Amino acid sequence: MATTSTIDDGDSGAAAPVNTAALARARRQRILAWVLPITTLAAAIAFWEFWVWYKQVPHFLVPAPSRIWATLMVDGPSLMRSAWFTVRLTFWSLFLAIVGGVLLGALFALSRPLEMRLFPFAVILQVTPIVAIAPLILIYVHNTFAALLVCAWLVAFFPILSNTVVGLRSTDHNLRDLFTLYRATPLQRLRLLLAPSALPYFMAALKIAGGLALIGAVVAEFVAGATGANTGLASRIIESSFRNEIPRMFAALVLVSLLGVAIFLMTSLASKLVLGKWHESEIKRES
Amino acid sequence: MSTPLIRLDRVRKEFGRHVLAVEDMSLTINQGDFISFLGPSGCGKSTALKMIAGLLPVTAGTIQIAPPEEKVEQDLGFVFQEPTLMPWGTVFDNVWLPLRLAGLSRRAARERVRAALVEVGLSKFEKSYPRELSGGMKMRVSIARAMVTRPRILLMDEPFAALDEMTRSKLNNDVIRLAHEHRLTVIFVTHSVFEAVYLSNRIAVMAARPGRVVADLTVNAPWPRGEDYRVSPEFSTEAARVSQVLKGTLHGDDIDH
Ligand SMILES: Nc1ncnc2c1ncn2[C@@H]1O[C@H](COP(=O)(O)OP(=O)(O)OP(=O)(O)O)[C@@H](O)[C@H]1O
Ligand SMILES: [Mg+2]
Repeated sequence: MATTSTIDDGDSGAAAPVNTAALARARRQRILAWVLPITTLAAAIAFWEFWVWYKQVPHFLVPAPSRIWATLMVDGPSLMRSAWFTVRLTFWSLFLAIVGGVLLGALFALSRPLEMRLFPFAVILQVTPIVAIAPLILIYVHNTFAALLVCAWLVAFFPILSNTVVGLRSTDHNLRDLFTLYRATPLQRLRLLLAPSALPYFMAALKIAGGLALIGAVVAEFVAGATGANTGLASRIIESSFRNEIPRMFAALVLVSLLGVAIFLMTSLASKLVLGKWHESEIKRES
Repeated sequence: MSTPLIRLDRVRKEFGRHVLAVEDMSLTINQGDFISFLGPSGCGKSTALKMIAGLLPVTAGTIQIAPPEEKVEQDLGFVFQEPTLMPWGTVFDNVWLPLRLAGLSRRAARERVRAALVEVGLSKFEKSYPRELSGGMKMRVSIARAMVTRPRILLMDEPFAALDEMTRSKLNNDVIRLAHEHRLTVIFVTHSVFEAVYLSNRIAVMAARPGRVVADLTVNAPWPRGEDYRVSPEFSTEAARVSQVLKGTLHGDDIDH
């Protein structure tokens, strides 16, 4: 390993020769990372439009993208109200899942006996399909929004809990010894050692929980079959299906997908911002 | 000249009921000693070191360390086999840690952190993250972190075992220089007879099952040492002598590890 010992010389400096060709290649890669998925998606939509027109597929079976767009424009205001409901539901449940998961995870990490006592409940709630529990929750909780919130929360909560526990426990034991050697206070240990060690695990859980919160919100609403003014996108999908308004179903579906994509992008960005400088999962290898 | 600094008196360590990691270890380490713990894997070297650092309680016996004359944040530095750096912190953050835990702000610690980095030749890397450094550089950061509290005692647990030969010998010279300049008392754990002989003026040879000190040797060569010693006939003679002792301790013992 001759390279190691030359780099190892502290005074040799870190400046590597700037390779313009490599830089240009990296830039092209970055642009392609955006251009390729977007153009492919556009092509798929164009093909869909063409196919519906060419085969003259009736719009109550498969509406063309242009028709879905038109429906979105016409039903926009009312759909937006529903979308806002779903957004609120999803983000509240995600927020509460983070608070609950991190607090309970920290308690579990502090006390094994407590974990052993409570973990079965967490597992049972996790493995029982939400569709099966939702009707009960809807009976017990009268406020619809609160009931839906509980359902979505149950789904999103578990990954945060389990990853927080694993993250807090996976601290390097030599680093722990080091903190003991330098007489760290419990608060210093939490802030400077445990929290940063658990962060990659937490961010991974957040990405999963974000998607699950949306799924939970939609599924719960399906089960609730809520109707009336105060409803989310899932109810609109059911309602449109009853009335055979397929384009509107698609329009609501598009909004659900967009919401999911937005959540995915947000949690990915958060992860990149928080871990980008140091954690392997977010580091781009320069080659 | 030789003031006792660390005194181990019949120190014993059991893990659970069945593992006797260290049995009746008695040893007096003097101010300015560079002593190596040399022995096969599993003979309790790390355990002994951790007990001296106060990271593991002893099962029986006592460990005394003479109180320091001037007060420092931590009188004892510890270097692990792995660099044990916080990946989320820069080189500066990592070296700052001991002072930070003692309540020093970034600004208050800055001069001392920089000084420690200069000593290990990494002054240009304070903003780098550990992942951007080579194995040898990470080890230097680890040494700088141990030195930043200006300790009298430096404990090193096979710090260079994972490094290539060239990096290792370079770091050996650095450790000798640091120990000499700061009049450190060093306990250096190693598997390698050559490393032990090159670095230390004293070698405690240990044997396994149960872990114990079987020989306390003095290395007959002036200290501090340099590269010329590594190629001298005296070095080979000493290494051969120590190897002989080490073999003697293994003889008849089960060497299945
Ligand atoms: N936490 C522990 N629990 C139980 N047994 C342990 C523990 N730590 C060490 N031991 C045992 O104590 C003995 C001494 O271990 P120690 O790590 O001190 O050896 P060592 O000389 O440092 O070995 P190596 O050169 O491989 O690092 C070994 O038999 C080991 O299995
Ligand atoms: Mg060891």
